[in-house]
Amino acid sequence: MNETAPNRNRDIEQPLSPWQLFWRRLKSRRIAMAGGVILIFLYLVALLAGFVAPYSYDRLDTNFSFHPPIWPRLQGAHLVVPRYEQGGAVFSYHLIENDSKPLHFFVHGDKYKLFGLIPASIHLFGTGDKNYPVFLFGADQFGRDVFSRLLYGSQISLSIGIVGILLSFTFGMIIGGISGYFIGATDTVIMRLCELIMSIPALYLIISLRAAFPADMSSAKVYAMIIIILSFIGWASMARVIRGMTLSLREQQFILAARALGQSHMKIIVRHILPNTFSYVIVAATLSVPYYILGEVVLSFLGVGIQEPSASWGNMLTSAQNTEYLKNYPWLLAPGAAIFVTVLAFNFLGDGLRDAADTKS
Amino acid sequence: MWSFVLKRLLHMIPLLLGVSLLTFLLMSLAPGDYFTALSQNPQISPTTIAHLKAQYHLDKPWYVQYFYWFNSVLHGDFGYSMAYKIPATSLIFQRLWNTFLLSFFALIIAWGIAIPLGVWAAVKKDTWVDRSCSLFAFVGLSVPDVLLSLLALWFAATVHFRYFWFPVGGAQSALYDFMPPVQQFWDRAHHLILPAIVLAASDLAGIMRRMRSCLLDTLRAEYVTAARARGLGEGWVVYKHALRNAINPLLTIFGYSLAALLSGAFIVENIMAWPGLGRLTMEAFFAKDSYLVVDCVVMATALLVIGNFIADLLLAWSDPRIRLNK
Repeated sequence: MNETAPNRNRDIEQPLSPWQLFWRRLKSRRIAMAGGVILIFLYLVALLAGFVAPYSYDRLDTNFSFHPPIWPRLQGAHLVVPRYEQGGAVFSYHLIENDSKPLHFFVHGDKYKLFGLIPASIHLFGTGDKNYPVFLFGADQFGRDVFSRLLYGSQISLSIGIVGILLSFTFGMIIGGISGYFIGATDTVIMRLCELIMSIPALYLIISLRAAFPADMSSAKVYAMIIIILSFIGWASMARVIRGMTLSLREQQFILAARALGQSHMKIIVRHILPNTFSYVIVAATLSVPYYILGEVVLSFLGVGIQEPSASWGNMLTSAQNTEYLKNYPWLLAPGAAIFVTVLAFNFLGDGLRDAADTKS
Repeated sequence: MWSFVLKRLLHMIPLLLGVSLLTFLLMSLAPGDYFTALSQNPQISPTTIAHLKAQYHLDKPWYVQYFYWFNSVLHGDFGYSMAYKIPATSLIFQRLWNTFLLSFFALIIAWGIAIPLGVWAAVKKDTWVDRSCSLFAFVGLSVPDVLLSLLALWFAATVHFRYFWFPVGGAQSALYDFMPPVQQFWDRAHHLILPAIVLAASDLAGIMRRMRSCLLDTLRAEYVTAARARGLGEGWVVYKHALRNAINPLLTIFGYSLAALLSGAFIVENIMAWPGLGRLTMEAFFAKDSYLVVDCVVMATALLVIGNFIADLLLAWSDPRIRLNK
């Protein structure tokens, strides 16, 4: 046995760090990776929304109200955009044969600010002619391009998820750490508060929190308000779990050692206890982002969140609530499909992360 | 057992007190009240408004308002809805009943479909049945309630056959009051079906996944191997022995699923115009009828807390270990 052992060990590589092991396990899960790739794509597009979108979010032309989707088609070696004509009944459009305009890339169009800073007017694609619009996902009741609004809306809807999670999880981790570390009266008070928040059905709490803010605010304020509301609800469940983990961690030897070395309580919590909960937190965060996105969607949908003309996935769906619109112009549901894809991708990634973080299996 | 029940019931009192206090505080932070809009009306004199405000104690600080509200709730009176001009008590209970009806049927549909599907997927592990079930679960978990309700609305608006159609919104037809009782019953059932299915669909996937994993865990237990080794039929092993133990942990997610159900009902009610508590909350919110909002939130919380209490009772009843510990 002693003779065979060195042979077998010869090609054993350098031991991998826990993160490398984690990454390797994650890479082997194709669905999780697919979810990750979709999310990277969605966030990139959201970042470059002004450039990718052919129009501005508030560019309206009532001549194109409820225009059906227009897809460029191949004619010879060129992509061309066909033209439709309004005729017959109201908002019914007919394709005009042999009337089209070539689709150009990097065309000048509506002004926008790249990353919210750099003024620009070049768009990824377009015809450059007002009479030949490109409505990939059709137009809404004001003749605004649904595709462009979808991209601008994704800036709000997707970022609220990330910012909300960062805020509420940081908060939840620190409060949970304090609660589990100090135990006693602090713990009791914090945990009763958590129970109080968690015992109210989420949407009822969201609406009563919304009532505490004025009805009409600027877009930026509404954005901040939604994040505050969602974080106010989200920290409680996080704090409870972190508290449970802290309760067992605080009994461990390395905490005793840190205390013996005279480190302050806050430093022990932040530097020694909380990093041990990271693998759980990352998985939980990934799986919770959809709830924040949906929170924004519901608030805006009900008309108490992001207001027109600003676009968000929620307020775009509001017009789809009208059954007449819904019946005749089903492309108004496009934001719903976008929400579905995003949530699905987050669930795929979160599930993969959970399996990869679970070293027992 | 009885001390456990009593303890849980007593625990509910400070919780509901806290919830009402929190909601009251939030509503008092809201700028303006129901009478702010009325005071714009030149036909109503400021003295009338001041008089009305005093009548509803809206001119006093919020903790005094809370005291008045709490005192009347103790007497079984939930105040007076300023926007609806009727006592809030009857309004609340009528809407609460509708929400309960919707959630209850959604619960039955969801569990009635999810449990057999989960068992089926676990028994046929790694076959196409299992795979399509887990795909379905993934999709089901990711479809937001908003989209599902809108799709149902679209379905109700477009699909319209002679005997097969769904009403678009509402809980009863316009001519409901003139119908004989039997027809009234069918009319209400007809309006209930689609919202209940939508609500159930959003809940179904999670329960199914849980049922599958619970049964798979149980099937790995040694007593299952022992039962098989003794030559018991596979059906007997799964349905008689394993399933009974696998159902137990599911009762704990009953409470969670209830919370999701109430929030889901909020969305479904608002989109499909089902006159439940969630819709009333939004109506009261927009009318700035602050007492009514507080009533709604407290009622919804009570519904959830009682549901959790029932889930705990079920668990204690089915699992003797829990009963002994408490």
